Amino acid sequence: MTDERLKQVSTLRRIMIRPELGAISGAILVFVFFLMIAGDSGMFAPQGIQNWAVVSAQFAIIAVGACLLMIAGEFDLSVGSMIGFAGIVIAILSVQWGWPVWAAILITFAITISLGAINGFLVIKTGLPSFIVTLAFLYILRGLTIWLSILTTQKTVIGGVKKAAEGDWLAAVFGGKVFTGFFQWMADQGWIETFTRGTRAGQPVVEGVPMLIIWALGLIIFGQVLLTKTRFGNWIFAAGGDAQAARYVGVPVNRVKILMFMFTAFCATVFATAQVMEFGSAAADRGLLKEFEAIISVVIGGALLTGGYGSVVGAALGALIFGVVQQGLFFSGAESSLFRVFLGTILILAVILNTYIRRIITGER
Amino acid sequence: MTEPIIEMKNIEKHFGAVIALGGVSFDVCPGEVHCLLGDNGAGKSTFIKTMSGVHKPTSGTILFEGKEMNFESPRDAMAAGIATVYQDLAMIPLMSVTRNFWMGNEPIRKIGPLRFFDFELANRVTMEEMAKMGINLREPSQAVGTLSGGERQTVAIARAVHFGAKVLILDEPTSALGVRQTSNVLATIDKVRKQGIAVVFITHNVRHALAVGDRFTVLNRGKTLGTARRGEITPEELQDMMAGGQELAQLESSLGGTV
Repeated sequence: MTDERLKQVSTLRRIMIRPELGAISGAILVFVFFLMIAGDSGMFAPQGIQNWAVVSAQFAIIAVGACLLMIAGEFDLSVGSMIGFAGIVIAILSVQWGWPVWAAILITFAITISLGAINGFLVIKTGLPSFIVTLAFLYILRGLTIWLSILTTQKTVIGGVKKAAEGDWLAAVFGGKVFTGFFQWMADQGWIETFTRGTRAGQPVVEGVPMLIIWALGLIIFGQVLLTKTRFGNWIFAAGGDAQAARYVGVPVNRVKILMFMFTAFCATVFATAQVMEFGSAAADRGLLKEFEAIISVVIGGALLTGGYGSVVGAALGALIFGVVQQGLFFSGAESSLFRVFLGTILILAVILNTYIRRIITGER
Repeated sequence: MTEPIIEMKNIEKHFGAVIALGGVSFDVCPGEVHCLLGDNGAGKSTFIKTMSGVHKPTSGTILFEGKEMNFESPRDAMAAGIATVYQDLAMIPLMSVTRNFWMGNEPIRKIGPLRFFDFELANRVTMEEMAKMGINLREPSQAVGTLSGGERQTVAIARAVHFGAKVLILDEPTSALGVRQTSNVLATIDKVRKQGIAVVFITHNVRHALAVGDRFTVLNRGKTLGTARRGEITPEELQDMMAGGQELAQLESSLGGTV
């Protein structure tokens, strides 16, 4: 009884409707391109790799949250403001109030995740588009961040976090490096570059893998498994695909959406904490435009803006493209403002491709 | 005939000053297709929403398996075995057939403390259940969007049956379908009836109703105009009852044939 006209589905077409397709081909293209124009600039030496890998990991951390939320059918425009807010709160609690850094970090996570829940709760209870509700939070949180910072320190930049964080176990989870022994060993073998002068002579230039990258990989794996292999993942797709149809079969749509807002806030706070630990300071203007960069990564990764379809791995590849291009233009000496031209262009192309793919899947003409 | 599995007595439903249902009585027995006919605005939707727990009746009683029931939510009704397949809200097109089929009832496979969606079991059962209904899927991972409207209704019906529905309420399952797809869905309804499930078939198409119905109840302006058994009523009589007589008869002479 199957419609005979549907039977001729080529393998090509089946690959075509994978959400990650665009991001995979984009990533390959971007790597080939920069290998050609910036291959000898140090971009693919250990230090260069660390450089773009860290930038990509930053994008990936917020993209995973934005991706799951978008598939669940909602946006969060307050991600950037949440990053600034979380950073300032950590700095005020630890530097100004003298709390242990681990306590400052934990309390900050509690506050931001609650704010995420409020975001979600407002969207669900009012039935307003998440665009409007989180746009309001974009302003509210940014304003609060600047006000709190000036109120407590008369400045918008709070330094001294590095000193406060010395020897703190939880700070190391966000700002530390792992596999340092392995990198030292590689340096001893003469495989990777070492410092030749100064106090660190003999030590590798790249000391280890930053925890930021470990966080990114962990979140990507968690998000991908949650989405594709679990019951909850099915509920995420259902909530974004058609909330009413999902409710009719007993999917707790409201709970799913609120949890995804909370997860997005969690990701933003991971980003903020790692950044504060790396810089040793917090600033009230951190995270500007990050919400859009997260959304762009997700869209390049093949997710539909309307929800119900997308891929965490795709979003991670979107973040990789983002990071490689941003740093690659720097390595190749190109005008850095061209990066935004590139972004806009690739965003349009990605959305057109996604819309086309959706037509194939749903059989719309 | 056997005892009715669900019996609605003198159901009234008021929305503010509007009387949507003014004392409707209706019952359905296991293994029977009871068609509920009515024109737009007759109160069909309100009535089935009352039966499926979405609305609480203003007055009247609902007996389910002989006991008085008071459904607080659609979940309660579902748990009792009353499943509703809505015309346009049955399936999510972007999700695969398997994901749709198990939505809200996903099978779990435990690996240590972790709980995963058991896709192996889910895919196998989905293929089997769909084959029983006469649909041979290419693969269980194909998106529902690639299925025809009739096939989507069939997936939704198969899903309800698989999850133990005793009463299946079908809200205009054929109204948006072509001729061949309609006959497929009607054949599916017949299969479901033969499994001993009570089917409430809502439609405004007399020919679709007569094709599978055992009994027919016509609803007009929030009231029942009586129930007839198969063979006791002609298509023309049903049609006239639905439209309220006269007017349509006049129309028909200029149109020719049954609408």
